Amino acid sequence: MPGAKAVWRFLRSQPFALVGIGIYALFIVLAIFADQIATHDPRQILFSGAYRVARYLPPSATHYLGTTAGGRDIFSQLVHGTRSALTVGVTAAFCVVVLGSLMGLLAGYLGGWVDRIIMRVSDIVLGLPFLPFILVISALTRPGTTTLVASVALLLWPNTARVIRSQVLSLRERGWVEAARVTGCSPMRIIFVHIAPQVAPLAALYGSIAVGWAILTEASASFLGFGDPAAISWGLMLQDAFANQALSREAWNWFIPPGLCIVALVLAGFLVSRGSEKLLFPKLGD
Amino acid sequence: MKRVLGRLGHAAFVLWAVASLTFIMFRLMPGDPTLNFLSESFSEEMRAALLTSFGLDKPLPEQYVLYLGSLLRGDLGVSFLQKKPVLDILLDALPNTVALTVTALVVAYAFGIIAGAFLAFARGSVTEGIAIPAALITRAAPEFWLGMILLAWLSFAWGIFPSSGANEAGSEFTSEWARLTSADFLWHLTLPALTLALYLQGLPLLLMRATMLEVLNDEFIVMARMKGLSRWAIVMRHAARNALLPVATAFALGLGSSFGGNVVIETVFSWPGLGRVLVSAVQGADYPLAQGAFILIAAVLVTMNMVADLLYAWLDPRVSVGARR
Repeated sequence: MPGAKAVWRFLRSQPFALVGIGIYALFIVLAIFADQIATHDPRQILFSGAYRVARYLPPSATHYLGTTAGGRDIFSQLVHGTRSALTVGVTAAFCVVVLGSLMGLLAGYLGGWVDRIIMRVSDIVLGLPFLPFILVISALTRPGTTTLVASVALLLWPNTARVIRSQVLSLRERGWVEAARVTGCSPMRIIFVHIAPQVAPLAALYGSIAVGWAILTEASASFLGFGDPAAISWGLMLQDAFANQALSREAWNWFIPPGLCIVALVLAGFLVSRGSEKLLFPKLGD
Repeated sequence: MKRVLGRLGHAAFVLWAVASLTFIMFRLMPGDPTLNFLSESFSEEMRAALLTSFGLDKPLPEQYVLYLGSLLRGDLGVSFLQKKPVLDILLDALPNTVALTVTALVVAYAFGIIAGAFLAFARGSVTEGIAIPAALITRAAPEFWLGMILLAWLSFAWGIFPSSGANEAGSEFTSEWARLTSADFLWHLTLPALTLALYLQGLPLLLMRATMLEVLNDEFIVMARMKGLSRWAIVMRHAARNALLPVATAFALGLGSSFGGNVVIETVFSWPGLGRVLVSAVQGADYPLAQGAFILIAAVLVTMNMVADLLYAWLDPRVSVGARR
């Protein structure tokens, strides 16, 4: 397993991964200081002159990206949207990694009926259409961030679990695992103390892809009207723009920026995972 | 043969499990399904009669058995809102979704395979430095956002393509086939198919490039080179054939998954397909219709997953040899 120093040396030689981490850092700063960076309250309806709602304003010095049909500041919405995107992305990825690793470790190490049941369940989950399932679940329960994160985790764990499982299958035949077994370690101790740290980097790789998936899913669900209506998110901004004729009015300033932010954040996950893939599997690197 | 049967059995098991899960999910729907269907003036008896006609008055296990039975017969029930058989509504929407998905996939994979093979040879060039990030960006972009850009640009700003629907309002055709092959339909199809293709092309491109690079280092290619075969012959006859294997599998998987993933693109372009049926059914609490659309989309996904597996075994000699042993 690579140490911290090796990771750093590696990152410097991997411009892709470094760019990805840079994008993440930028968005994290935006999310933390959203209140300071935003020029207006993203929910506030703004007025221009006497009782006239400031709708569809073009970009200007006061409104960097103009205003929406409802008279809200687009730039401020964009900055605040970073928070919900990061929250959804990171929590969903965390759940996917934890659930996927747990299932993969148990299936791979214990084998037998545990393995068969877990693999069968993962087959069923892979037979569920992704977005339609999320729409149906959102309609069944209260639409909101928690529902969304939970359903993303429920749908994405099999991919991680399968990769971890095959890794564990080869690890458990190694000498040091055998040694741990002979000295009387319990299976649970072997799984979580000895094997888990070995597969952690692999799980993290799948986690960085899941961040992007979760953000895209949140955007799609919000766009279709199944998001949390009270939240400020890039998906909801796009839905708002689409529903209020931003396209026919050619209000590019309204619907281009949220999409660009989504692309940047999802791309960052791809770049980081591509870089770390080379770190984990040097043979794959071309 | 045994392998095929085994895979069929497996697919049947997954379908049964998905159908059962769907049953459980839809019975957990909040609220009273008949409320959307009835006006306030209906009496208690009429309400009960309706519940009976939808089979909602029976105990759950009995409903479950009836549900599985009618699924097997292809009977998906009657839509609450449209008061038509669910199957008819789905079959009306199906050709539009199939046309959209297949067109987009074929365009995306034709482009991706050629561009990917080309990029494998252009290693380290400026073209590669631009093409790879560009492919990654299209994969990172939300499909509906790509659609919105194309719509605002080519439809609203330049007025080249229609902005919504699959046919000009009020147009009539002698048959479904005549409608699907009419110039009007293809005109309406262009933008949604282009959007979907733009989103899909990144995967075959990157896959083709990666496997080509791998294959080009294999011993048999070195051998072919030593035999003095031309570069073109090496690419077409030896490398591309082997590199196509994962791409073909991805195509089958892509067909299954974009069937359900079309939901957003169909919404952006008001394309009257399965995805839109599902969205409006879920929004309108039309449970039989939503349930039917979900099951149909899942069935396509499970079938295509199976096809991908079989295709992989069939195309890759190494896998099938391993199975025979």
